[in-house]
Amino acid sequence: MTVLKKTAYLLGLPILLIGLWWLAARNSTSFYMPKPDTMIQTFVDTWFGGRFRSDVLPSVGRFAVGTLLAIALGIAAGVWIGSVRRVRSLLEPMLEFFRAIPPPVLVPVLALLIGTNDRMKVIVIIFGAIWPVLLNTIEGVRSVDTVLLDTARTYGLRGWARLRTVTLPSAAPQIMAGVRQSLAIGLILMVISEMFASSSGLGFTIVVFQRSFAIQEMWSGIILLGLIGVAVSIVFQFCERRILHWYYGQKEVQHGR
Amino acid sequence: MSPANSALSAAGTAAPPGRPRHRGLAVPSGVLGVLGIVGFLATWELVVRSGLVEPRYLPAASSVLGELASLAATGSFWEWVGLTLRTWAVGLAVAGVAAIVLGLVIGSSRFLRQATHSTIEFLRPIPSVALIPLAVLLYGTSMQATLLLVVYAAFWQVLIQVLYGAGDVDPVADDTARSYGLGWTARVRYLVWPSALPYVMTGLRLGAAVALILTVTGELVIGGGGLGTQIALAQGVAVTEMYALVVATGLIGVAINLLARAVEKRALRWHVSVRREAVA
Amino acid sequence: MAGDSAIAASDARKGTDAPVTLSVRGLQKIYLSDNGDVEAVRNLTFELRQGELVCLVGPSGCGKTTLLRCIAGLLEPTAGTVELDGAQVTEPPKKMAVVFQEYGRSLFAWMTVRQNVELPLKNAGMGKAERTAAVDKALHAVGLDHAAGSYPWQLSGGMQQRVAIARAVAYQPEVLLMDEPFAAVDAQTRADLEDLIRTVWKEFGVTVLFVTHDIDESVYLGERVLILSNSPTVVQEDLTIDLPAERDQLTTRSMPRFTELRAHVYEEIQKAKRGNGATA
Repeated sequence: MTVLKKTAYLLGLPILLIGLWWLAARNSTSFYMPKPDTMIQTFVDTWFGGRFRSDVLPSVGRFAVGTLLAIALGIAAGVWIGSVRRVRSLLEPMLEFFRAIPPPVLVPVLALLIGTNDRMKVIVIIFGAIWPVLLNTIEGVRSVDTVLLDTARTYGLRGWARLRTVTLPSAAPQIMAGVRQSLAIGLILMVISEMFASSSGLGFTIVVFQRSFAIQEMWSGIILLGLIGVAVSIVFQFCERRILHWYYGQKEVQHGR
Repeated sequence: MSPANSALSAAGTAAPPGRPRHRGLAVPSGVLGVLGIVGFLATWELVVRSGLVEPRYLPAASSVLGELASLAATGSFWEWVGLTLRTWAVGLAVAGVAAIVLGLVIGSSRFLRQATHSTIEFLRPIPSVALIPLAVLLYGTSMQATLLLVVYAAFWQVLIQVLYGAGDVDPVADDTARSYGLGWTARVRYLVWPSALPYVMTGLRLGAAVALILTVTGELVIGGGGLGTQIALAQGVAVTEMYALVVATGLIGVAINLLARAVEKRALRWHVSVRREAVA
Repeated sequence: MAGDSAIAASDARKGTDAPVTLSVRGLQKIYLSDNGDVEAVRNLTFELRQGELVCLVGPSGCGKTTLLRCIAGLLEPTAGTVELDGAQVTEPPKKMAVVFQEYGRSLFAWMTVRQNVELPLKNAGMGKAERTAAVDKALHAVGLDHAAGSYPWQLSGGMQQRVAIARAVAYQPEVLLMDEPFAAVDAQTRADLEDLIRTVWKEFGVTVLFVTHDIDESVYLGERVLILSNSPTVVQEDLTIDLPAERDQLTTRSMPRFTELRAHVYEEIQKAKRGNGATA
């Protein structure tokens, strides 16, 4: 495929959609309609003044700390639970229950237990985002190929070396699938925890805009959240491609044959 | 097979040494799972009873479960559950139908797949809760506001899977269909849809879980009735009730997961058996 | 037991006065399960002298893999002992390497060919320079110098098994166990790999126990062939292969002696199957 054709495929539909929006906004007198020509200005004014440091960065920071801790804890606990059969049978039904609780209901619960502060918001994110990573790690560790484990044993690989070179890489595809879900849940919880119990942060600010009918600013907030989501997704895909490049290569070869 | 078996079992019974060492403590995993739940509840109860945590922050397990039982005896509890489930089901259905139709249309054409790829990859990771203010603006604190979130979130889960599925069509089968002059509708019906079906089921399972999360989120943050709204109302006022309602949402989540997995398993089994017959 | 004449003929061979490396005595393995116990191996006794290449051949399902896993220390025998250089094997010994039939599952897909071969050496604490030399030598021996930077899944099946063989010989084991290593590759590749095993065996001076169900392969490869009976498994015959040390696919296989030995092994295996049918 030529570069031109690729670019056309990449940008064709987005340009078309933005064009349609622009036309619709021009012929619309609706108060709710976001205006494309002033949107960029509003976006910059709203978020890149003092709010960037007072609201955006703290929110993103809490999200980053919470999800990274959730991922680390989830993998560590998952490796342990997944490799001890008894522990797994003992804990799995309970973990399935915790996973099934819609994470946002943790916000009022933890607000009660901890109070409405930064620590609570981070803990909410950890509590909600840990389950997909944890359960996927358990499953991934449990289903490591038996021939692979035998091979590791015959070559005297054990303990930390085996974990690092055999168990974790082999479970990585499943762990990464869990991480993707955890990131999505973490982002949701970042916003919800601020909407529900806060006086600052992205979620709080957007709700304030909506309540005060600052429609253009509200739209710019929605767009900012969207951009954060897209950025997280890009970072994730970059990491995933690096960690799992062998996995996708292998799948491609199997598909081709 | 059978003569070998009889010889083997005879030899097995004649060689008892070493048996207990290998068997270990034979506790079925189901029993262990129940033990795990009982152990958790007991720990919870003890933590509160011993005064480690004050009951006004965390009531004992027994009082929360008791509260849940007495709630379950009231008609209004089931009304809340009904409302939550209705929003969930309507949202999932709308998202499912829209995603399947769009997915099949896009997925069956190479041009559409390539042309929409960048847009889909951009829209998909946008967190659905970003739409909360918009939903409130459009629909107020009604169920429709929550429904908007549910549909948006579940839609992408299903759509992505349908697209994977439509891309999984065997190229040889596709060439065959084309060479026999099958039209677009016939190809979708006889080729794309059957190939995509297991993926559709997976998408619906993932969508069902996400739809529940967003249903409760919407009810909690926006209002409009249902279990989520009740949790928000009970917060700080009726702590035991709040915990009982949280447990109830977890139980609904477990039920939905089990149901979705059972449905998916059936669909997949059907798929695999059909494939095996085709190969043999 | 049959085959006295064949054993008598082995006395003149050079390996007989070498020290015993691997010794299996009265090995028995019974799998315990809820649906009745299964005796996979019953009372096996044999020895491997240092530097020997011995093939273990038997009808499919006669417990060859079980036996090999017991020798490798991966499985605990129900009765009997396995000794390597006089020390009892209770866990995978350092001086032993195993090549599995499932090369695709035994190689680490996330590591390059070089990293795969290097990992056991690194784990054993070998220095970098020494390690690189050992890996280079092993890869050269199996003819894969050019593929060191590739990933296993980028290679054909036969080449993947070469990687597994290189990894095993680079580990510098005293005993190399091979569990039907060529069962999953095509005939041409298989012939190449058989010659490779003979070459590597001579070059690295390792003791090899090669498990196979292929009669031709066992006669072509082995200095000695152990014929196993069908389950319950015992050693039916210990046959010395008095073919010249220099072997190649064309001339060796067309020798009258090759045909005789092959027919003999074939008969013994047929006898093994019948014998089992009569007793059960």
